[in-house]
Amino acid sequence: MISALPERSAHIERAIRMRRSFTNHLVTGLAILSTAVVLVPLVAILGYLIYKGASSLNLNFFTKVPAPVGEPGGGMANSIVGSGIILAVASAIGIPLGIAGGVYLAEYGRGGLMGNAVRFTADVLNGVPSIVMGIAAYGLIVVHYKFSALAGGVALAIMMVPTITRTTEEMLATVPHALREAALGLGIPKWRTIMSVSLRTATPGIITGCMLAFARVAGETAPLLFTAFGNNFWNFKLTQPMAALPLQIYVYALSPYDEWHRLAWAGALVLIVLIMLSVTLVRLYANRGTIKGGH
Amino acid sequence: MTQPNPVTLPTPIVEPAGRTPPQGPPPPAETAQPSEIRRFLRDRSSGRAADGTFGGLMLISALSIFVIVALILWVLIHDSQLSIHAFGWKFFRTSNWDPVNGSFGALPFIYGTVVSSFLALLMAVPLSLAVAIFVLDICPPALRAPISFLTELLAAIPSVVYGLWALVVLVPIMRDQVGPLLEKWFGWTGLFAEPNFGVGMLTASVVLAIMIFPIISSISRDVMKAVPIHQREAALALGATRWEMLRIGVLRNARIGIVGAVILGLGRALGETIAVTMVIGNHPDIVKNLFNPAYTLASVIANEFTEATGDLYVSALIEIGLALFLVTIVVNAIARLLVWAVTRGNSARTA
Repeated sequence: MISALPERSAHIERAIRMRRSFTNHLVTGLAILSTAVVLVPLVAILGYLIYKGASSLNLNFFTKVPAPVGEPGGGMANSIVGSGIILAVASAIGIPLGIAGGVYLAEYGRGGLMGNAVRFTADVLNGVPSIVMGIAAYGLIVVHYKFSALAGGVALAIMMVPTITRTTEEMLATVPHALREAALGLGIPKWRTIMSVSLRTATPGIITGCMLAFARVAGETAPLLFTAFGNNFWNFKLTQPMAALPLQIYVYALSPYDEWHRLAWAGALVLIVLIMLSVTLVRLYANRGTIKGGH
Repeated sequence: MTQPNPVTLPTPIVEPAGRTPPQGPPPPAETAQPSEIRRFLRDRSSGRAADGTFGGLMLISALSIFVIVALILWVLIHDSQLSIHAFGWKFFRTSNWDPVNGSFGALPFIYGTVVSSFLALLMAVPLSLAVAIFVLDICPPALRAPISFLTELLAAIPSVVYGLWALVVLVPIMRDQVGPLLEKWFGWTGLFAEPNFGVGMLTASVVLAIMIFPIISSISRDVMKAVPIHQREAALALGATRWEMLRIGVLRNARIGIVGAVILGLGRALGETIAVTMVIGNHPDIVKNLFNPAYTLASVIANEFTEATGDLYVSALIEIGLALFLVTIVVNAIARLLVWAVTRGNSARTA
């Protein structure tokens, strides 16, 4: 046994050990260095956004519609409201559909071929580029009808469904089986068990999932380019083209005017703050008085 | 076997005496007057129809995902018929994009998409893995939460904001600082040559790399975390250094999942639209020079769709969308299968 080990002098042993130790330190150093390299642009983006955005914000931004080219002032009030309306449409379609799909996966389709197929399709649909959703909504609605807030809402809703389905399924899977069995054992029908026990227990997690999907589509520009189309004036009709914050930022960012760049930064900051605010508020509200899921 | 069981059995709930028929007056017949509770429960459980309806609704919602995919596919195929019939496979092999003369070839966009995504992966993958390793194994616990939070925050920033930042901050840096340096050091390769406007393939790749970094980093971190702790312990017990432990115990076991994470990042990069459109320069060229403006599949749709005049033009753009859809579906399917294979195997092993 011992003779099988190669004979090495102390000198070689030390050299090998030093090389190993050197590689180890090198890799550690590289990992630390790359983290620093990555964190720099991250912090730079956030810092620049807050700095430029906050310095460009004023009351006009929240109360005025965009000013014509060459005129100073103007704001994005119509875009903020428009984004809210389009997102409300998207949520109204996407959230119920997504949650119901997740309930099917968790409560009916567990382990079955059908369940796996749905799960896989949802994951794949999740990765489809948003611009493709935009073209699809264009071909399905705009071609037969016209550019409208409704078409934009549908495009965003399609993007919300797979995310919500998968998170709902995962959250329902954490609900202990004993709870369901207790309810069924009392003679409560399955649909009632799902509504009052499974979904009720998993509510905080499901809401988190919904808000993640919401935050993801709230910043989307590509699907709205040829559906909601944008609008420089007030519009509250779902059947008309409607302004949206990301669209307006996109248009202003590509413009050659400094004034519009300034507004684009303000819009970007407002967009991110509004997304985070709505997500936090909904989660805070939903967490009051609900039963915690999990074990 | 012969020894008596030392565990005391719970006393039976039903007393033997209770089994004897009751001596007193017989209990009220159930059929005559069901108790309040019984009636309540029977009303509740009589919902066979409700149960079926509910299950059906859930099934329909789940099926709607198939319907969505089918509808998207059908619309894209249907609306691109004109272009498919006019050009056939030649559409993807020719590089002449001339809307005025009605000649359309998608090769420059395919080139732009492939090269920009590849460059983005080249930059993002090593950094993502290094950060994943740093967060998991090297960084002090106090730093772990802030770094994870920052990474997640980055994933939440809308694409248009990245584009705005890149246009205002990154483009001048690429034009005035990074560009000249690259040209001085690597100009001989022909990849970095004047003129450098700041907007172009390289800048778009850098933005893409920043955008796909969070997804690759967080998924590969999850995959590496899923490697059983014994693997690490065994490597360390044999006297491995930290890097040897990571290489032998962690990276080797997690490699399939890491490949899956990279492919997921690739899928994201292939389809990224707005930020790329804003900084890539939007010019259908196939040139080696990375400073040159380029065009991608997604950005040509975003940029030209609303201005497209003529049915053939629109149809050609929709065919590009169809190609993008099919490619990202294949890429994502492969990535999902890989990630599933790893995480499923692990949960089975630890169970």
